Parts: sequence; C-alpha cells; structure tokens
Amino acid sequence: MRNPYLPIPVKVGRVFVESEDKTLKTLDLLFLKKEDEENFKFMPGQFCEISVWGKGEAPFGIASSPTEKGFLRFTVNRVGVVTTALHYLKEGDEVGLRGPLGNHYPVDLFKGKNVVIIGGGFAFTTLRALTKYLLDFRQDFKDITVIYGARTPGMLLYKKELNKWQRREDLKVYITVDKGDGTWQGLTGFVPTIVEKVAPSPKDAYAVICGPPVMIKFTLPKLINLGFPPERIYTSLEMRMKCGIGKCGRCNIGRFYVCKDGPVFNCAQLEKLPKEY
Amino acid sequence: MKKISKKEMNKFIQSLMADYTILAPVNIEGIFFFKPVADFQGIDGEYKNSKKPPKEVFFPQTETMFKYKDGKVESTEKVKGKRILLGVRPCDARANLLLDNVFAGEDYEDIYYTNKRENTIIIGLACNEPSSTCFCSSFGGGPFSKEGLDILLIDIKDSYLVDTVTDKGGKILTGEFKEATDKEVKLAEKIKNEAEKKIKSRIRIEGIKEKLDAMFDDPFWDELSERCIGCGICSYLCPTCHCFDIQDEAKNSQGRRVRNWDSCMFPLFTLQASGHNPRPTGKERMRQRIMHKFNYFVENYKEVACVGCGRCIINCPVNIDIRKVLKKILTI
Repeated sequence: MRNPYLPIPVKVGRVFVESEDKTLKTLDLLFLKKEDEENFKFMPGQFCEISVWGKGEAPFGIASSPTEKGFLRFTVNRVGVVTTALHYLKEGDEVGLRGPLGNHYPVDLFKGKNVVIIGGGFAFTTLRALTKYLLDFRQDFKDITVIYGARTPGMLLYKKELNKWQRREDLKVYITVDKGDGTWQGLTGFVPTIVEKVAPSPKDAYAVICGPPVMIKFTLPKLINLGFPPERIYTSLEMRMKCGIGKCGRCNIGRFYVCKDGPVFNCAQLEKLPKEY
Repeated sequence: MKKISKKEMNKFIQSLMADYTILAPVNIEGIFFFKPVADFQGIDGEYKNSKKPPKEVFFPQTETMFKYKDGKVESTEKVKGKRILLGVRPCDARANLLLDNVFAGEDYEDIYYTNKRENTIIIGLACNEPSSTCFCSSFGGGPFSKEGLDILLIDIKDSYLVDTVTDKGGKILTGEFKEATDKEVKLAEKIKNEAEKKIKSRIRIEGIKEKLDAMFDDPFWDELSERCIGCGICSYLCPTCHCFDIQDEAKNSQGRRVRNWDSCMFPLFTLQASGHNPRPTGKERMRQRIMHKFNYFVENYKEVACVGCGRCIINCPVNIDIRKVLKKILTI
C-alpha cells in the first residue's frame, strides 16, 4: 500500500485571477507521471492536500470534475502561509499533491432526481465540480438548479462558465450579489432570500449547500420550510486539517473526522452531532 | 513458565545486542526514559514507570516523514534493524494496542508507525509495587496484564519468571532459561495478588460513555476547565494520545516534513485560517479531551482510550485528577 503521507509531483498549468481584489486565484495542476494520473480516481466533493515546497501543505476542495481530463483545478483564497505561496506560483512550477481525500457528494443518490445547488462566496469550488459532473451526465438527472451568490460581481468565481451555464436551457441558474455595481443586471440580495424567491420544489429533489457559515445558517431554515427533509440536504464542512486521513486528531466533530468521514454530510447526520464546527 | 536469575538476565540481554537495539528504562536525574543501552546492568530498582510513555518508540515526539529537494521526495518510512523494548509496564503495553486502532487501522495504514511496531519485540515488567496514582484495573488491565506484550517478566527478588506471550517473543528465549519450580510460580501468584490489592483507585467505567452522550452542553465543562492552564502535559505524556502536527522545515526548496506530538489542549490546534476556532476556549478543549477518550473513541473502537497509567495525574501542574473527573461525571 502507498504511504498516504507522500505527495505526488504535479506542476502548475493555467493560473487565473478570479476576483477583483485578487485574493482568489484558480490553478490547474497537471500530473507529472502518467501512472499517478491513472491512479487518481475521485468524485466531486473530495479534496487534496497541496504541498508548496519549503512552505508546507494545506487542504483544498477539487474544483474540477472527474469528467475533465488532464488537470485538477483548485481555487485558492490567499489567507495564510501556504495559500500566499500558492498565489506566487507560475505556470510550470512544481508542487506536491496528496489525495483524493475524504468522501464525496452522493451523486448516485441524485440519479433520476432534481438537484438544487446552492453556493456562496469562494465555497463554490466543489459545487462547480458537482455542477460540471451533473451536466456531463445530464440525462441521468432531472431538473438542475444553481443558486450562487457573492458579495459583489467582481467576487464571483468562474464568471465565463457561469455565463455559459446561464445560456443553457437544461439548467436554471440564479446568480446574485449582495451589492451590484453600475453594470450589474442580475439579481441582488442574499442567498437565503433568493432561495426563498426561487422556491425550488422539494419533490424528488436533493439540495447541496456550501458557503460561509452565516449563509448556511440562514439558508437551511428556508430549505426546511420549502419542505426539504434534512436527510436530503447535503453540505460540505470546513475544518483545520493536517493529515487528511483521520489520524492527527484536529478536525473531529464528535466521533467523526471531517477529513476522513466527511467533508460531505447531510443535515440529518449533522443534527446528531455536537455543534462544534 | 521459565525463569532466569537476574545475573543471567543481564548476560542474556547483553547477548541480544548483537542482533537488536535494546531500549530500556534509563535513570536520568531520577526520571526514567526509554533509551538505547549499550551495557545492560539490570533495571534500576527505583523504576516505577517512564516519564514519557513508550509510545514514543513507535510514534516519536518528533519524526521526519520525508526529505525533499527540488520537488524530489525521499521517504524516511523504512526502519533499520530490529529492536527490543524492555521493561514496559502492562498499562503502556495495552495503550499500544489502542494506538494500533488509529495508526494500523483498516482505512489508511500509517507506515511510519507500523514499520516500527513490526520491528520491535516488547518485554514487559509486571508491577509488583503499583503507585497510588495507578488505576489500570478499572479499565480491564492489571499490574500483571500480558496484553500487548511479547514477554512478561515477573520480578521474584533474585530471578525473573518469564511468561512467553507471543511466538515473536518466544523466539528470542534461548540458552539460560530453566523451568520455574511450583514454589516459584506460587510466589509469583502471591506477588500478583498483593500487587492487585495495592491498587486502591477504582473507577466504575460502566455508564460513563452514556453519561457523556448527554453532557455536551453541560455546565460541568465550564467548572472543570476553570483550573486548567492549558499546558497540554496530560496529552503529551498520555500513552494513548495520538494527535500530531505536520510542519515543513526548509530552506528554499530543500527541506523535510516533520510531525510532532500536538495537543487538543492548545488553541492553535483547531484555529482556522479564517480566524474561526471551533474550540475557542479551555472549556471546549477540556471537553474534547475527555469526550475523545471516554466517548468518541469508545464509539469508534469499542474501547476506552485510557489505560490508567496515572501520568496525567502525576504531571498536571494544577492537580486535575482524571479519576475525580470521571467519578464526578457519573454523579451528573
């Protein structure tokens, strides 16, 4: 068995500045060894630990879908030592990668159902992976609705792709910002309010929600009011993580390690856990 | 059961040094540590137990996981040579079995740990004189427990009785051993009974897990954590605590990745980059430590993550006594 602590070598491909304040950058990572690429089997919702040599490693959700071959996409918010180092990387630079880690969104359960995807801020990363995956197997799912909000138009991730999605007829997309600028013609308002207005039907539906804690806190009651049962609302949790394999001990909520048993949980599972996240 | 005189034992251990590194309790200014010994002259009569638990032999306080240079990674998972860990107390041997659940678990094998476990033979030493802080028998252990040992030695004054527990241990027992007489076996039995009686602390473990199930929001944690200064010694010196930190030590693109013991009693342990901390005060951290040992671990592995060694009681600078904590929990 492979030593789970050893990173595999990857190099930086395309680098893209996502946000107007430049704190969010997207990096595509390319495998340096063919066998590593073949062995890397993942699903939307999983994450990786990225090593910047000389700086350390940090966990990031995979923003690309397994249906996209040849690269893994990560969007990095510049907040600490490793993320700052990642922001300084250029195309061709080598980094280390461990993963895929954790569980994933239960896409098999979603088959033949309606799926409502709700995201806020830079937590849209694994939701992008999920949306892309669902679209690539479009016939397997019924209605797909995406509700995504950011503080300002300039803080939205994956703008070009969102535009493309908005033009599709097999996908309902609602993009909202807390505050528009002069050119913004889309929705304004917080995500919970938009969810209430859009009022996706809970019939035969699953919801996946990912965003800042305050957004989740106010959106969940809206979904419950609409009639979504807690076991059909999924979310992905954030915790400080190191090992990523349930040994180093810091990311637990009750008996579960978010890195190994999560990060994806449904709300019925969370209701049974201590509120320590 | 076999026996060997203490004199012959020294020679026997000495003879093993050709093939094994011997780690034994070494007295450093009155404090015992497991250290490699080059010249074995018996186990010090003052030895009760080591300051640092022998988990450090398998899960060192600081350990290099790999070295790297310009993106090339070189693992340090391989271990050289075979080792004998001598003089381990039965409580600590049981603790290793609990750690096996975590590090040698089914999902991800921690090869740094398992390699060291596999290359080490553990020779235990029964506790004829348990301390006042010992409470191993509350959690299924005992001063003469053999669980987790390859060989158990029983001190009967001038000789040791040698109880072979595993084949791994039996293989090294060649030469100087005689069969113990009935009288000697009876003497060992008598010492065992007396030792068991010397353990005065008894904690009723039944019901603690269920009590804790309903205690997450209890004011008890506020009260308990008031006295704690968050030094972390209880978890550092605990033979079953397994939390660690991972850091890079590097200059430019050359360096190494190391892991170090860490503690859930420290605020930085869970502090997120955003500034959010799910366990922001001593209350949450104290609760985590107790819950992990007596509730979460029980859920995950069906065993309590405490062996009653008493290190956290002996070393706590503010005299928090886990036995009293557990007794209190049962009354809530």
